[in-house]
Amino acid sequence: MEKIPILRMGKFLLVTIQVDMHDRLALQLQEDLTDRIVAVRARGVLMDISSLEVVDSFIGRMISNIAAMARVLDAQTVVVGMQPAVAITLVELGLSLDGVRTALNVERGMALLNELVASELR
Amino acid sequence: MPSAAGQSVRNVLVKYEKDILAEWIRLQLAATTLRADLMKESELREQSRDMLSLLRPALETGKFDSMESSDWVQIKEFLAGISRTRAQQGFSPTETATFVLSLKQPIFERLRHEVGDAQVLANEMWIASVVLDRLALFTTEMFLKTRESVIQRQQRELLELSTPVVELWENILALPLIGTLDSERTQVVMESLLEKIVETGATIAIIDITGVPTVDTLVAQHLLKTVAAARLMGADCIISGIRPQIAQTIVHLGVNLSDVTTKATLADAFMIAIRRVQAKLPVSGTAS
Repeated sequence: MEKIPILRMGKFLLVTIQVDMHDRLALQLQEDLTDRIVAVRARGVLMDISSLEVVDSFIGRMISNIAAMARVLDAQTVVVGMQPAVAITLVELGLSLDGVRTALNVERGMALLNELVASELR
Repeated sequence: MPSAAGQSVRNVLVKYEKDILAEWIRLQLAATTLRADLMKESELREQSRDMLSLLRPALETGKFDSMESSDWVQIKEFLAGISRTRAQQGFSPTETATFVLSLKQPIFERLRHEVGDAQVLANEMWIASVVLDRLALFTTEMFLKTRESVIQRQQRELLELSTPVVELWENILALPLIGTLDSERTQVVMESLLEKIVETGATIAIIDITGVPTVDTLVAQHLLKTVAAARLMGADCIISGIRPQIAQTIVHLGVNLSDVTTKATLADAFMIAIRRVQAKLPVSGTAS
């Protein structure tokens, strides 16, 4: 069964979605990610969705759910690389992902994560 | 005496084709609706000849009730072509319809000569009249369709023209909106803004609504949608150019703009944008 890889980078976890997201995959990711956050005591999650070209309301909600779960586990989530078409679709669906932090690309997302974690320690 | 309906019209058309054509052209040339400035006489002659030669076979079928049958396809195509070119050349609808309607007089005159019986004559004239009226209406319809397509094209062009996204500074984009925001325009605005964000990697977008005449709940909702979409792409939005009246309406309507930075003028918005970019505050798009 295909799986979305979760990579560890220091105190962050890196999730790169490179396949078409379907509902079961999203649920699997949700489970794997929460497990990993607890296991490695991650402080942040970077979700790269630059290859995601099609979203529906379910996937949109999954993204926001995953972010909320990560926050409960004390890990900041940043979603990066959203395509313009995906952003428009989510807004039209009424899912503006409130509370999810976003950045244009991985580099900026990483910088943002570092900053967020640093400000937490202060 | 021919008994089938429309028989005399056909006979007349066959028998006096040359006469009818000559008189028809003469009438068209003499008419006040002639546009010698837009069309050459030779062109008119050619069109008239083609029209007559197409009208005859169409009449042979004897189906006058409706123009939907396949027998009328050819002549309709021909008239559609004429309407299209005339609409583009700048003819008026009357001038275009007159092309067909002026054919009535020569045909009616020949019919009067040819048919003795008053009852039959009335019938035949009725048929000829109905056919020509239908064809004239068809030309008008096609004429309007052509005009409509021109208007639609212009609307599209206007839509694209009126939504420029400009780069003010490194990482700062400005989107001066002019005119009313409907959902279609919002879509275009959103798309061009998001594409520009990807292209330039901007972190701040200033939406200037100085040129938006009125803000109602719908427009406000469209603005908020654009802001939300930009935020999903990791860019912060500042709304600027809010006039006093618009500030009042926004509050009266109960629109919640508290999640968005708003500034009275573009200059103020630019100042704060510069400060944010230089201060290297979080390169995020989140307001929460």
